[in-house]
Amino acid sequence: MTTMAQDNSPVDPSTFYVVEQDDHGHGSPTLLGFWIYLMSDALIFAALFATFGVLSSSYAGGPAPHEIFNLRLVALNTAILLFSSITYGFAMLAMERGGLRAVQGWLLVTGLLGLSFVGVELYEFAELIAEGATPQRSGFLSAFFTLVGTHGLHVTVGIIWIGVMLVQLNQRGLHLENKRRLQCLSMFWHFLDVIWIGVFSFVYLLGMVR
Amino acid sequence: MFDQSLAATIFGRLSWESFPLHEPIILGTFIVVVLLGAAIVAAVFKFGLWGWLWREWFTSVDHKKIGIMYIILGIIMLLRGFADALMMRAQQAIAFAGNDGFLPAHHYDQVFSAHGTIMIFFVAIPLVVGLINYVMPLQIGARDVAFPFLNNFSFWMTVAGAVLVMISLFVGEFSTGGWLNYVPVTNLENSPGTGPDYYLWALQIAGVGTTLSAINMVVTIIKMRAPGMTMMKMPVFCWTALCSNVLAIAIFPVLTGAFALLMMDRYVGTNFFTNDLGGNPMLYWNLVWIWGHPEVYVLVLPAFGIYSEITSTFSGKRLFGYTSMVYATVVITILSYLVWLHHFFTMGSGASVNSFFGIATMVISIPTGAKIFNWLFTMYRGSIRFDLPMMWVVAFMLTFVVGGMTGVLLAVPPADFVLHNSLFLVAHFHNVIIGGVVFGLFAGIIYWFPKAFGFHLDPWWGKVGFWGWVIGYWVAWTPIYVVGLMGTTRRVRHFDDPSMQIWFVLAGIGALIILVGILGFVMSIVMGYVKRDQLRDTTGDPWDGRTLEWATSSPPPAYNFAFTPVVHDLDAWYDMKSRGHRRPEGGYLPIHMPRNTGAGLILSALATVLGFAMVWYMWWLAVLSFLGLVVVTIAHTFNYNRDYYIDAADVEREERSHDAALAAGA
Amino acid sequence: MVQQSFSSVRRLRTLATLPLLGLLAACNQAVLDPAGDVARQQRDIIYISTGLMLVIIVPVMILIVVFAWRYRKGKGGTYDPEFDHSTTLELVIWSAPLLIIIMLGALTWSSTHLLDPFRPLDRVGVGQEATAPAEAPLRVQVVALDWKWLFIYPEQGIATVNELVLPVNREVRFDITSSNMMNTFYAPTMAGMIYAMPGMQSTLHAVLDRPVVSEGFSANYSGAGFSDMRFRLHGVADARFQQWVRQVKQSGRVLDTSSYQRLAQPSERVPAMHFAGVNGDLFQRVVERCVEPGKPCMSELMRHGQSGGHTMTPRGETLPQSDDREGHLIDPSRKTGARPVPGTTVSQPGVISPEAEHDRDLGDTPEAGSRAPAKPKI
Repeated sequence: MTTMAQDNSPVDPSTFYVVEQDDHGHGSPTLLGFWIYLMSDALIFAALFATFGVLSSSYAGGPAPHEIFNLRLVALNTAILLFSSITYGFAMLAMERGGLRAVQGWLLVTGLLGLSFVGVELYEFAELIAEGATPQRSGFLSAFFTLVGTHGLHVTVGIIWIGVMLVQLNQRGLHLENKRRLQCLSMFWHFLDVIWIGVFSFVYLLGMVR
Repeated sequence: MFDQSLAATIFGRLSWESFPLHEPIILGTFIVVVLLGAAIVAAVFKFGLWGWLWREWFTSVDHKKIGIMYIILGIIMLLRGFADALMMRAQQAIAFAGNDGFLPAHHYDQVFSAHGTIMIFFVAIPLVVGLINYVMPLQIGARDVAFPFLNNFSFWMTVAGAVLVMISLFVGEFSTGGWLNYVPVTNLENSPGTGPDYYLWALQIAGVGTTLSAINMVVTIIKMRAPGMTMMKMPVFCWTALCSNVLAIAIFPVLTGAFALLMMDRYVGTNFFTNDLGGNPMLYWNLVWIWGHPEVYVLVLPAFGIYSEITSTFSGKRLFGYTSMVYATVVITILSYLVWLHHFFTMGSGASVNSFFGIATMVISIPTGAKIFNWLFTMYRGSIRFDLPMMWVVAFMLTFVVGGMTGVLLAVPPADFVLHNSLFLVAHFHNVIIGGVVFGLFAGIIYWFPKAFGFHLDPWWGKVGFWGWVIGYWVAWTPIYVVGLMGTTRRVRHFDDPSMQIWFVLAGIGALIILVGILGFVMSIVMGYVKRDQLRDTTGDPWDGRTLEWATSSPPPAYNFAFTPVVHDLDAWYDMKSRGHRRPEGGYLPIHMPRNTGAGLILSALATVLGFAMVWYMWWLAVLSFLGLVVVTIAHTFNYNRDYYIDAADVEREERSHDAALAAGA
Repeated sequence: MVQQSFSSVRRLRTLATLPLLGLLAACNQAVLDPAGDVARQQRDIIYISTGLMLVIIVPVMILIVVFAWRYRKGKGGTYDPEFDHSTTLELVIWSAPLLIIIMLGALTWSSTHLLDPFRPLDRVGVGQEATAPAEAPLRVQVVALDWKWLFIYPEQGIATVNELVLPVNREVRFDITSSNMMNTFYAPTMAGMIYAMPGMQSTLHAVLDRPVVSEGFSANYSGAGFSDMRFRLHGVADARFQQWVRQVKQSGRVLDTSSYQRLAQPSERVPAMHFAGVNGDLFQRVVERCVEPGKPCMSELMRHGQSGGHTMTPRGETLPQSDDREGHLIDPSRKTGARPVPGTTVSQPGVISPEAEHDRDLGDTPEAGSRAPAKPKI
């Protein structure tokens, strides 16, 4: 559409209009827009973290973190998610080189790692609920399930997105639009990693020492 | 024969009792709405307008059309919200001593909750977003916003929220928890009905639209300004739009989070805001007010921008203190995030905390005061034309300073301890929202109407609207200040002390005068349309404007500018005019434009169904509509055919006709 | 300090008072016609702040009108289209509001601390500054029920509903909580308001300095019966107060657990009620949400949460006579900074009072930290 204002080189004061072809090609605004969206998503997580902070010791007679958390399982899950970020990084490197098959392969690995992350998380939730540590039990558990669950929901969305991306890559290959989408997805996936590091240290590690 | 449990599976908790057939007021409204709706639908069929509406408006990704649709939504919802206001005024004017008024508590509580919710979320926000949508891309010399489809989607999500609120009037009930749906009133055990659920779903769905629209506007301003337009050469309205939208991005997620947690409480049975099992109702108050106070500035900053544009244009002068105006806007943006606790000084947070938030609140009045002075000195040594927009500006300045003063007063905690939650507070925020936001929106709508439609609003009826609002405001709200100082609380349904009745009667009369103002405004549109040939603007620049939106024809072509303008000065169009620019006479090129799509409307319809199904516990329908949302979203990403080119010949034809109109006018 | 600034701006106060008084003549003005020292100081702050702001608001309003009139098109005012900047003017327009706000800020800081509702009063009236240790404040426990007010006089052993009788010229300490909804306890002629919140205890210090009959109510919307959630406030001489207490004691009814639970059911337009006796720990149990027999109190639940061996010592315990005058939100379940309420059974987290009924049943030893970790009650 119109040009960007970033290149504010001194313009001829007698020029009032851009008369030559003035098409986009100055870079799409999508990446900036998506980045701002992620910031707003981060604020949702901030609200959830704050809520967890306020309710983190409202056990209401129910279990406390150290009684229910299985830190080993969570550590494993953390490793899976961190590793999936690395594999996504490889997908991006492959995209730079233009290797369609490699991109698809790494995306597939990332998606599978994401699936196992969600699987482990669901297993953890099922265990907790079986022990009676349900989200309804106390303010602390409500906040715990909601914070961790919201992150899990995001990962699920990311997995669906990876699936859609695989199909679209198959259909159209690495053209401009798909590359941009891969970049957005990359930001999204790494963002979930950053959030998870917060969850792991703030909810699990801090919960164990509290 | 319908089995009881089968009916419950299909309709959830919806039954014949959910329809308020026994309430004459609602039933009457319902009949009127149905008749009006049927008449409109019939007219659309009769004139065969469906195709036109669908192609030219509903699926349009043109920021100008979306802006107009936002403003239409805002005006329709204003009528609904104002009807609620009239009912409250009538109730409070007659419910004295033994008289219980005509609204039972359950109904009255819904009325004031709906009034606040609608006026903020479905009147003020759509009108502000609509004006930004229409004007801002033109002012920065862009052809559209950064994400045209997202813009269309955001609009329809806002409509979906409004539709859910309107449905709650006739099917079931609305929340009785006040405009922020306060816990514990809205906890499941205290409000097991559908009211809070309607509220939550309507606002969550509309909130998606507001957040995405804000992102869209910010990216547009950062990325799409015309060449030469540095940030400090950007019109003040764009600056205020930028700050307002940045602020919206910073606060709406918190509100979304708070509402999501309350939904969890109500649907899953968690304990975030419950009284027992570790819940904490105060947490909800903190979260919603972290949103709530900045929201005032999300609304009022663009209004400040409108006043700046109008003052400068009608004084025939550059804006006084542009730089300090910009800094004042930025400072307000930042400070507004640090004051939310002043909404509950009386919760007992301790003197130091209260003082901090009180003083932080007062500090906001410094940049705001600077703005008032800047407008004042823009008028100084000007040559002021008192057309309607400028009349609104002067009325605003005189009204708003009083609201600012009572606001600072309320920020002093010991004063707040006697005025908190009183009608004095209610008068204060109506003073700043009507005197600040609403006056600005009317000024802006009247100012930019000829740009959008090519003819002026009828000035005589416009003056009726102006005086109705201004006189009505003062007659309606001065008595409310007074009874507030007499210790009267807000949200009270009837009173014991008969000596106060006179004040409420006065306030009711004021509301009727405001009604005259609203009707005058509506009439100015109707009569403007009737007399459009006399009121025609052929120049594209009817007010001798200073910014780029006046550099193109009225109404502007779909592509806004055949050639993107190059900016050398803050008042870019004034600069072009004074240095004798010439419109290019040829060399037109094809213009790349985004293509219309119906995906936004379909998604919004599905979201409405999802909200309705969740409110009524129709789980099967909720699952279906949710899956529908996912499928349509994914399918939309497979549509790569999103743009097209306008032929150079079409551009040439369009520009020639504007040239001809200019020549005829000259 | 505040008193000094009060007198120094008395002229402003008169200025501010004039229009308001004109407006309000012959009205029933609760806020502007107080019967208590706290409310009076709060009213004075309204006057002073309004006056300070009018210093800038009035000239601005005059200038708006003057400029709008003088510079209207074609009426001969100087026209200077290039006048868009003046450093001097910019300095003035930023510093003038700043100066006012600095003054208001100072007033805010000191008055907020002096009039903090959690802080015991310095005086019961103008010129009656406390020199010697004053008479201990009268204690009243306030419970906001759906939708009526319960007042418990623990020292007198009586309770009333929707009727608050207070001796004049004696400091009163209100301890305030709510059974379900968020309400605000507000008697405009006496003092400012403070929230009544479920599971929380807030405090208000106030005094009446002349006999008065007026109204109090909830200032925070709390549901269907909110509009009628009102109580009569009677300020009476001390002898009359004692007489009234004796009268209430003869009413015969007693407020125990079961009658409280009946009372706590939602009801509207409740007439005044008297109770000759009241359970000593009823208020504390309302705060801790354990009136219902068998329901564990919040402090007990809190103890369970600390069973991991980490014990917090409440600040109020180590510093019982702390002159910490900050207000605190007293929330037994999670805050630890609360002061013990004199004369009540204090159920702070980690503090066990053997004489309290609900604590006696516990097998734990009172020493915090030496308890065996309890099993999770899942």
